[in-house]
Amino acid sequence: MSRITLAKGLNAGLRKAMEDDPKVLVMGEDVGKLGGVFRITDGLQKDFGEDRVIDSPLAESGIVGTAVGLALRGYRPVVEIQFDGFVYPAYDQIVCQVAKMHYRSKGRLPMPMVIRIPFGGGIGAVEHHSESPEAQFAHTPGLKVVACSNPVDGYWMIQQAIACDDPVVFLEPKRQYHADKAELDETETPEPLFSSRVVRRGTDVTVAAYGPTVKTAMKAAEAAAADGQSLEVVDLRTLSPLDLGPVVESVRRTGRLVVCHEAHVNLGVGAEVAARVQEQAFYSLEAPVLRVGGFDTPYPASRIEEDFLPDLDRLLDAVDRSLDH
Amino acid sequence: MSDPSSAHDRGRFGPDLAEVFGPRQQDGGPELVQLLTPEGERVSHPEFDLDFSADEVRGLYRDMVLVRRLDVEATALQRHGELGIWAQLLGQEAAQIGCGRALRQQDHVFPTYREHGVAWCRGVDPLDLLGLFRGVDHGAWDPREFGFHLYTIVIGAQALHATGYAMGIQRDGAVGTGEPDRDAAVVAHFGDGASSQGDVNEAFIFAASYNAPVVFFCQNNQWAISEPIERQSRIPLYQRALGFGFPGVRVDGNDVLATYAVTRAALERAREGSGPTLVEAYTYRMGAHTTTDDPTRYRLSDDVENWKLKDPIARLEVHLRRNGLVDDGFMGDLKAEADELGHRLREGCKALPDPQAMAIFDHVYAEETDELREQREGYASYLSTFEGAR
Repeated sequence: MSRITLAKGLNAGLRKAMEDDPKVLVMGEDVGKLGGVFRITDGLQKDFGEDRVIDSPLAESGIVGTAVGLALRGYRPVVEIQFDGFVYPAYDQIVCQVAKMHYRSKGRLPMPMVIRIPFGGGIGAVEHHSESPEAQFAHTPGLKVVACSNPVDGYWMIQQAIACDDPVVFLEPKRQYHADKAELDETETPEPLFSSRVVRRGTDVTVAAYGPTVKTAMKAAEAAAADGQSLEVVDLRTLSPLDLGPVVESVRRTGRLVVCHEAHVNLGVGAEVAARVQEQAFYSLEAPVLRVGGFDTPYPASRIEEDFLPDLDRLLDAVDRSLDH
Repeated sequence: MSDPSSAHDRGRFGPDLAEVFGPRQQDGGPELVQLLTPEGERVSHPEFDLDFSADEVRGLYRDMVLVRRLDVEATALQRHGELGIWAQLLGQEAAQIGCGRALRQQDHVFPTYREHGVAWCRGVDPLDLLGLFRGVDHGAWDPREFGFHLYTIVIGAQALHATGYAMGIQRDGAVGTGEPDRDAAVVAHFGDGASSQGDVNEAFIFAASYNAPVVFFCQNNQWAISEPIERQSRIPLYQRALGFGFPGVRVDGNDVLATYAVTRAALERAREGSGPTLVEAYTYRMGAHTTTDDPTRYRLSDDVENWKLKDPIARLEVHLRRNGLVDDGFMGDLKAEADELGHRLREGCKALPDPQAMAIFDHVYAEETDELREQREGYASYLSTFEGAR
């Protein structure tokens, strides 16, 4: 048992995966001596060597494209994209090559690859360092997309993603890396990777969130409780496939759903959640499904990012609108 | 538009490019490695030479004749509506057979969509190539069985896969051991057009940085659909390798002996742990880019006629006949074999079954998701409502 941050959880999870399977490789820009710009791979090169923790040239397509070749040779590469906004040079490799390899080879060529992406804003960064590109990957058949929200999930989910025989886009809420600590018990049995989870019980409104907005939703639930409103919070954890069982079950009780993410609302994960929930729980809904997220603008300059990002107040405003309906 | 080379600011930024590299030479220039002239004359080369038996040379000839027949049949099948499209290899037989036959079993190839000759050398059933262009699947062969990856359509993407695979070979300790059955190399195929792609250039950088056992085999067939090589590069392509830190060689890609010799040397270099090589096989796309293309819109028939004089098969035939290495019996048998191949391809192609509609859902994931299973079941259920109505 130890109290760890998300960064430490991911680091410990990577270390465990590398100990368990010699085919697991870590690759990316600055992941070696430096331990990554966020220190997620700290100490791994020292312990596993330069052949397994590979500092790459500065070329994202090259990182993912060579990882495809390594996977074809039987390795399980875990690649780090340094920041969310830098993933696009690798977009072709991820969407055309990684995602389709198993399908086009009639299942002969699995792509057991994890593409780690620190995502989301709130760190006062310059352009292209605060984005939420998850919908672009969740829209792509052949990829699986997950987002961890806390240190314990970080520890387990990264190991589960590495063990998965499908390619997994693994989103890490960068502003949580070094924030809250949680108690990790390495002896417990984790929940399945592609499952959502109710993280706070409530009766009035269901709030579905993932990654960095889970914390926002939890704070909102606490504030709402003070006002006598009972929010149920679901951490989606998996975005493709979606596991909406817990959300639908919750909506059948509350009749109300608000989905919250940092990504642009238009055609985002929330739109898909809303569509599916109305298909599956139409007669349980007392109000339209509402979405709270980033505006449909490019990510703004950081001095005004707090207005762009969904916060506790905007989430509670949506909760009120749902309840008023 | 002015010619960029004439606008070059001589003196201020260095020498005139034309002075350094000379004017464009239709014959590939003096650096071209050649062992068999267009006239069929066997010549030697100080660095790359071959000591081939008559049987071995006849074998290469047979390969080229048969893959040309494959190409002719496939082109005709497209015209008959049996294939959706076909990417012709006409004129590039020597480049592909020379490269393909230099491989060892443990080597691995990453092709574009035109490497039918290399596929032939690796033992892939040509019907599997036709299936892809007919639209029955995306490639039916098992890449691991043949050491021949699936065709890659997005230009240049496979150069990175090849490099990564080569990095895997390094990690498996299958390079530089000196054991001939163990040490392995990778060939990345691409064309002159792909040399402009970021992925190809990134592959050069990664391969150089990690000293990966990969041979970059560029078939410079002079045309990227309608765009001539001058649009892709102002210097001979093989010279680009120097800027990335590994050697480049320009070989006569219409000379199967030279292509074999150069590729063999580059593969050996890779297997022994000396890193990547760029081989520029200087050749010509005699046909169209694909069966949907019309090259008369953008290139001169004179150009094509000139290259016909350098035909890879004709020159080897002259060599074989002049030296008494083949007789009419051999040529007759080969023609019969080609006819039989053509017959098999025609009948086999038409008999390729369309996949079942439900195959749409197969193999999207190694571990299928619940939501995809629901879609599959939903569509099966929808289709079942038509049963009896058919």
